[in-house]
Amino acid sequence: MIINHPLLGPRDAQEFTYLGDANLLNRPNPDAPDAAERFYEYLYLRDNPAGLHRELWYHEQGDRSWLVVTRNTLTHEITKVELARDVARAAQAAGESA
Amino acid sequence: MPDHHLKPHTALGQVAAVTQTVHGLLIRENPNSALASLATRRGRDADVARMAESAGLALPGPGQISQGTPWSALWIGPEQWLLEAPFASHEDIVSHLAPIFGDAASLTEQTDAWVRFDLQGQGLVDVFERLCALNLRAMADLGGARTVIEHIGVFVLKLAEDQISVLGPRSSAASLHHALITAAKSAL
Repeated sequence: MIINHPLLGPRDAQEFTYLGDANLLNRPNPDAPDAAERFYEYLYLRDNPAGLHRELWYHEQGDRSWLVVTRNTLTHEITKVELARDVARAAQAAGESA
Repeated sequence: MPDHHLKPHTALGQVAAVTQTVHGLLIRENPNSALASLATRRGRDADVARMAESAGLALPGPGQISQGTPWSALWIGPEQWLLEAPFASHEDIVSHLAPIFGDAASLTEQTDAWVRFDLQGQGLVDVFERLCALNLRAMADLGGARTVIEHIGVFVLKLAEDQISVLGPRSSAASLHHALITAAKSAL
């Protein structure tokens, strides 16, 4: 499998390690009144889609950046690769302006 | 000061750097570089770029290296570089860099963490095809990237078609040296 790194171009998947659902970027606010319930969902409840899935990959044997990879779990086709920090900062900016 | 008479060893445990020729390919341990990593502090990208430029230090883009006197640099990650200078003149490399970057970047001396092998000769790309997943045939000169050779995380620097350097962990120097020689014997 080849992952098309946004900065370094196509790189072999053996250089990467897999973490899991990209939703891990959206950590709940620990000060919210329903924090316990939200953290239970965040930690234990996962979608398990047959199809497109956004997931976190780490370029461990490369530039050590975290990536958000959109992969089809049925075909392993990778349709989108973004730097996780760009995704997180975009979400933060959207949250602040809303 | 106590009166020591200690001889420094190279990464391969010798007094002098090891040089070997395998089927016309020169594989040479290079102990003559001082290294430091530079990590830009958050939001200081423009400051670091300006400071580096005024010091005559070229910071290359992703997947690239720059060669200069005295400073060479390798891109190792977003807003991070590995800087290199001659060991003879820059053994205390961080004290040369700290005045340049002030509090805009974090600097860490890396010299003794690494072993550097310089390889020179024809057919180098064939040798590296057996060693790592990097596409060195497609990579332009002055390209460099981190990858894996025999389960060892290394930087591979392509200086020219017939000149490639490998930076690997010093504690794995002998294993890496063995891998390079074995691949050269089998490929050439």
